[in-house]
Amino acid sequence: MANIGVLIETTDKGDVKKANFGVMTAARGNGGNTVFGLLIGADAAACKDAVQAYGVQKLVPISAAGADLSSSPDLQAKALAEAVKNFDINVLFGLSSSTGKDLLARTAAILNLPLVLDCVGVNLAENIATKFHFAGKTFAKIKIKAERWICGIRPNSMEAKPAACETEILSYAAPVHDTGRMKIREVKKGDSDRIELTEADIIISAGRPIGSAENFKILHDCAKVLGAAVGASRAAVDAGFAPYEMQVGQTGKTVSPKVYIACGISGAVQHFAGMKTSKTIVAINKDPESPIFGKCDYGIVGDLFEVVPELTDALKRG
Amino acid sequence: MQIYVCVKHVPDTAVPIKLTGKNSFDESVNFVVNPYDEFAVEQAVQIKEKQGGEVVVVTVGKEAAMKSVRSALAVGADRGILIKCDTSFPDSTVVAQAIKKAIEQDGKPDMIFTGKQSVDSEGMQIPYRLAAAFDMPAATEAAAFSMSDGKVTVEREIGGGARQVIEMTLPCVVAATKGLNQPRYANMPGIMKAKKKEVKQFNLSDMVPDLSITGTELLELELFPDKGKAKMLQGSPKEAAEQLVKLLN
Ligand SMILES: Cc1cc2nc3c(=O)[nH]c(=O)nc-3n(C[C@H](O)[C@H](O)[C@H](O)COP(=O)(O)OP(=O)(O)OC[C@H]3O[C@@H](n4cnc5c(N)ncnc54)[C@H](O)[C@@H]3O)c2cc1C
Ligand SMILES: Nc1ncnc2c1ncn2[C@@H]1O[C@H](COP(=O)(O)O)[C@@H](O)[C@H]1O
Repeated sequence: MANIGVLIETTDKGDVKKANFGVMTAARGNGGNTVFGLLIGADAAACKDAVQAYGVQKLVPISAAGADLSSSPDLQAKALAEAVKNFDINVLFGLSSSTGKDLLARTAAILNLPLVLDCVGVNLAENIATKFHFAGKTFAKIKIKAERWICGIRPNSMEAKPAACETEILSYAAPVHDTGRMKIREVKKGDSDRIELTEADIIISAGRPIGSAENFKILHDCAKVLGAAVGASRAAVDAGFAPYEMQVGQTGKTVSPKVYIACGISGAVQHFAGMKTSKTIVAINKDPESPIFGKCDYGIVGDLFEVVPELTDALKRG
Repeated sequence: MQIYVCVKHVPDTAVPIKLTGKNSFDESVNFVVNPYDEFAVEQAVQIKEKQGGEVVVVTVGKEAAMKSVRSALAVGADRGILIKCDTSFPDSTVVAQAIKKAIEQDGKPDMIFTGKQSVDSEGMQIPYRLAAAFDMPAATEAAAFSMSDGKVTVEREIGGGARQVIEMTLPCVVAATKGLNQPRYANMPGIMKAKKKEVKQFNLSDMVPDLSITGTELLELELFPDKGKAKMLQGSPKEAAEQLVKLLN
């Protein structure tokens, strides 16, 4: 019997992020453990139904009397670390998202616990985690040499399986005080209806031939129907057609969606480094000899300016 | 300003990885400075150029890692510290402890720069562990940096194109990502000078006598298979698109 924690992330609207359900599934392991859902700055009542369906038995909104937790990740991690101690959590899980990676690593450092981020597999009975090394070139099987540790799960890498239970809401006020050493001054908003690349189920990306920032519209139109995020190759980013946040690859984002559609992308190793672990890869390319067709699941030889709008239409027709 | 920059010596990401044993790979390939660490070095050197001080490069790695130490010295770092270990994948807890001890013995850090992640083992945690060890605040994935009145301001990407603007007091740890600056290339005089710069060398056991603090161990590496030849969807763009929609459903 162990106590397992799950750091739960919520959307701007306050709902539990869908990607959390796979994490909760991993945290349940083979059962028999008590799963604690840990929430920072979110309304527990609004999350209860969602976490109840995935076997989270105790839901703990974490607060701090002496500090405004929303003002700094430093304080959030201190509060989270206190909660881990307070509830005697053996393994803390979370998403390897941009927020999750940051908070889990801060917490591991504070508590001096081993940490494996970006896991795609976990064996809780043996404390072994699987992740990638070398930008997706190899799997790495890692043994954790301690009873207590922290584990970040790569979004979408684990299937979510419901397991209903009765959730009890507890509350916890962490003894944390603000020393003023770190503060979030401002959040510069991005495009709020854009789906975050690293958390997307489906991604459609374009390379250099897209030709301009305006032309990305055909991808955004298709993405809207697909429920996809839009990515770009470095050649497209370097040419100024897309911002760096959209770059997929070795020096951009690492993504592993269920479906990755590469439009006008040649298939350079540095691009694959960021997307090769996608479940299904589709390439749309004008050149039948393009190397990308040698290492993907489905290929369409054609002009992206013709094929992508046809794809959008075909999707609309269902 | 006394600035320390952590630099890792990693295989060039363009080369394929060949496994030679359960948890080893062919290390005769080209190794380079971890790409994100180049931004860290550049930022440290720019601060020194503006307001004076010293930039010290710290590396934990095999003997061969001296090459990356010299690369950082060639683009403006002043001194180096190489902590030699004989494993290819040292544990993050151990590495952070070794770097902490080495820095402590060397001087008093006003700032520590690192990259946001190493591209070989992708641990994504050294900057946080260093910050905790020194009881400093830390910000990672820094895509913009400025400093005034003893405060550091960092812009951090948080997904969906949004950025957090974070302010920290000195001393602090900053982990760089792409976009932070434009790292300079080494020129001939820089490379020549780097050869004469001081590099202190230690063994890992000098810094971390008790390896029982090791948190993780790499059991096994396994090549991730490339996908084979694509199944081609034939016909007009419309027909091909329709086949794809069926396959995706
Ligand atoms: C250190 C380093 C790091 C790098 N990091 C990254 C990274 O993170 N991400 C990344 O993507 N790259 C990265 N690269 C660059 C990479 O090597 C390639 O140069 C880049 O991915 C090529 O982009 P592309 O496929 O869009 O363009 P191109 O190589 O120009 O290929 C365009 C493709 O589109 C096809 N095409 C042309 N017109 C059309 C059309 N109308 N319709 C359909 N198909 C068409 C062509 O046949 C061709 O295959 C890196 C390189 C280095 C050296
Ligand atoms: N062996 C090492 N020697 C020096 N610096 C390192 C080492 N490992 C990691 N770092 C630094 O810590 C950053 C993050 O690494 P990691 O936590 O391994 O992803 C890297 O970009 C380096 O700046």
